[in-house]
Amino acid sequence: MITAEHTSINKVQYFNGLNEKEQDTQDTMPAFTPTTSSLVTESNVMTQETVGKPFVKSPRMTCREVNVWYDDKQAIMDVNIDIGKNQVLAMIGPSGCGKSTFLRCLNRMNDTVPICRVDGEIILDGLDIYDKKIDVVPLRAKVGMVFQKPNPFPKSIYDNIAYGPKIHGLVNNQTELDEVVEYSLTKAGLWDEVKDRLDQPGTGLSGGQQQRLCIARAIAVRPEIILMDEPCSALDPIATATVEDLIDELREQYTIVIVTHNMQQAARVSQRTAYFHLGKLIEVGITDQLFTNPSHQLTEDYITGRFG
Amino acid sequence: MYIRTQMGHQDKKTTTKASATERVQLGLAKRRRKEERFRKLSFAAVLLSIGFLVLLFASIISNGWPAFQRTDILLDVHFDQKVLDVNSLVNANYGKLVKQAMRDVFPEVTSRRDKRELYRLVSSGASYELQKMVTADPTLIGKTVSLWLPADDLTDMLMKGKIDRSLPEAERPISNKQIQWIDQLIAQKRLKKNFNTTFFQAGDSREPELSGIKGALTGSLFTLLVTLVLSFPVAVAAAIYLEEFAPKNKWTDLVEVNINNLAAVPSIVFGLLGLAVFLNFFGMPRSSPLVGGMVLSLMTLPTIIIASRASLKAVPPSIREAALGVGASKMQTVFHHVIPLAMPGMMTGTIIGLSQALGETAPLLMIGMVAFIVDVPGSVTDPATVLPVQIFLWADSPERAFVERTSAAILVLLMFLISMNGVAIYLRRKFERRW
Repeated sequence: MITAEHTSINKVQYFNGLNEKEQDTQDTMPAFTPTTSSLVTESNVMTQETVGKPFVKSPRMTCREVNVWYDDKQAIMDVNIDIGKNQVLAMIGPSGCGKSTFLRCLNRMNDTVPICRVDGEIILDGLDIYDKKIDVVPLRAKVGMVFQKPNPFPKSIYDNIAYGPKIHGLVNNQTELDEVVEYSLTKAGLWDEVKDRLDQPGTGLSGGQQQRLCIARAIAVRPEIILMDEPCSALDPIATATVEDLIDELREQYTIVIVTHNMQQAARVSQRTAYFHLGKLIEVGITDQLFTNPSHQLTEDYITGRFG
Repeated sequence: MYIRTQMGHQDKKTTTKASATERVQLGLAKRRRKEERFRKLSFAAVLLSIGFLVLLFASIISNGWPAFQRTDILLDVHFDQKVLDVNSLVNANYGKLVKQAMRDVFPEVTSRRDKRELYRLVSSGASYELQKMVTADPTLIGKTVSLWLPADDLTDMLMKGKIDRSLPEAERPISNKQIQWIDQLIAQKRLKKNFNTTFFQAGDSREPELSGIKGALTGSLFTLLVTLVLSFPVAVAAAIYLEEFAPKNKWTDLVEVNINNLAAVPSIVFGLLGLAVFLNFFGMPRSSPLVGGMVLSLMTLPTIIIASRASLKAVPPSIREAALGVGASKMQTVFHHVIPLAMPGMMTGTIIGLSQALGETAPLLMIGMVAFIVDVPGSVTDPATVLPVQIFLWADSPERAFVERTSAAILVLLMFLISMNGVAIYLRRKFERRW
């Protein structure tokens, strides 16, 4: 069990055989295994401070001195970053750099990993989400998540969307529930494709549709922040384009944090980009600036494809 | 294409004369032979097991099938007023009526010894049937009625050809005279093989022709019901706790190891435990399906726990994450998503456990379910026996007619098992969800 959750930290790859074509082979290693590179030594990473602009004027979430350990192995080191309101923040970096781990800290999904320990401050609405008084249920309702592999419930399309609002008591009657389902599916750009077969299993949809269904499911609980852990890595370019358009649209209402391996995608969808390396946040900046004129050598090496 | 590039690569690197393809070709025949050999061996293994299965079923069915028929004898019974005192109908001598009816059929039999031999052709149960009829309908008194009454098991055996007529008289359980009478009865069409309803309606008996499986069947049903009611919720709850909620530490490891070990404990040990704890300490009723079920639950628990944990483990973590991600609590995640997906596996485990329990004899011997019990149990606290114990008891009986009843009881046990599995398959299909 422990090992299974380990490997799921960075990438959830349990659906092998369902979508064999989109395996991202370089990323099957556990999150905390650093990708050693000849260009960078451990020491010069450790001494670096985050460069660029990690802080914004009106942040939605503020993270200060966040450290994450798996047992005694440190996966995230002293990360300080703000997540801007109604912005898309992209997190990039080589495999095992801790970006997914960090993302999962933001809605405490790491609680499911028994050996994972988080310290530091992650403030949402003036409260530290790791405070003992905080209940994860409302937190996760407020901070929704979309996973790497589409993981619809083995239920009907309708029930997939309706589940969240039902358990949180967001709707009073069937009509409201129907409205929420239609709204969420419309937002996710899936309504026209599935409106005639809402009672069919969500698992019967194509990969891209499933992922949009998962996004709709996340939207249905009316979160304020949506975390996306490589949402397009299992999708083909057409489905990816649809999801990217969707992210761009969702930005008006939601704050989005997206982990991606695809730098073009980061450049396309995000306003700010954070570059992680070996558990350290190396550089944060306005996306255009970071990609055209990176301040840090490591960032430049990564985005120019010299390693990673 | 791929091979060619590989080959070229190989050639540059190494200077061997034979190319890779040639080397592959060399070993290919051997590989194919190996594959073929393995395929044939496995096929032979399957054939062998099917052969044994067919042999087993053929033997049981051929032995047991005749038990579903019973020989009845047609007698003209005169309900004599002199014999039947209206004031004590229960205690009247009904045997006398049967004997009289037999004498009417064979008026030529006069000597006491011959008469006694003649009476032996009818079952002792015939008089009970008359008693039942008269107590139910006293207006029969004074009338003469033609009735089909059960024949003795020896008559039955002869009718079914289980007794060899060619043997010398001294080696036969049935005398020449009796055979002669039986042939006469057959000629008069007074002997007939009917469907053996008694077998499905009566409890155990010392007389094979009067014995039935209903007592043991009901006992098994009650016992399994108790086992199911006790073990399924407890085992599933334990599995869910251990798999989903328990912290992973030394204690839970210890519990896990012990559960696994418990599955391997010989079943008679559980019987001993039941005897010491349930009967002697708590003073629960001896020979009852309640205690039997409790003992069998102890035995079944580890099986169901292990199977349930395995099926919980098999639920993809992505489903859990999906549920947690929309803000479901741990409990909601487990009950709304994990358990429905794990249910088919849990039910399979339960059925395996119950099938084990159904066939279990040893622990039940310890708590007294081996007693000779004639009455069909009416509740879980009544003394009862179960199918495998009944089979054991009948197999132990000297009468020739119990041999076929033993096989018939095995058939009933197998049918019980098959229908149980059928229900399990149905439930699995019903609950199974694909993801």
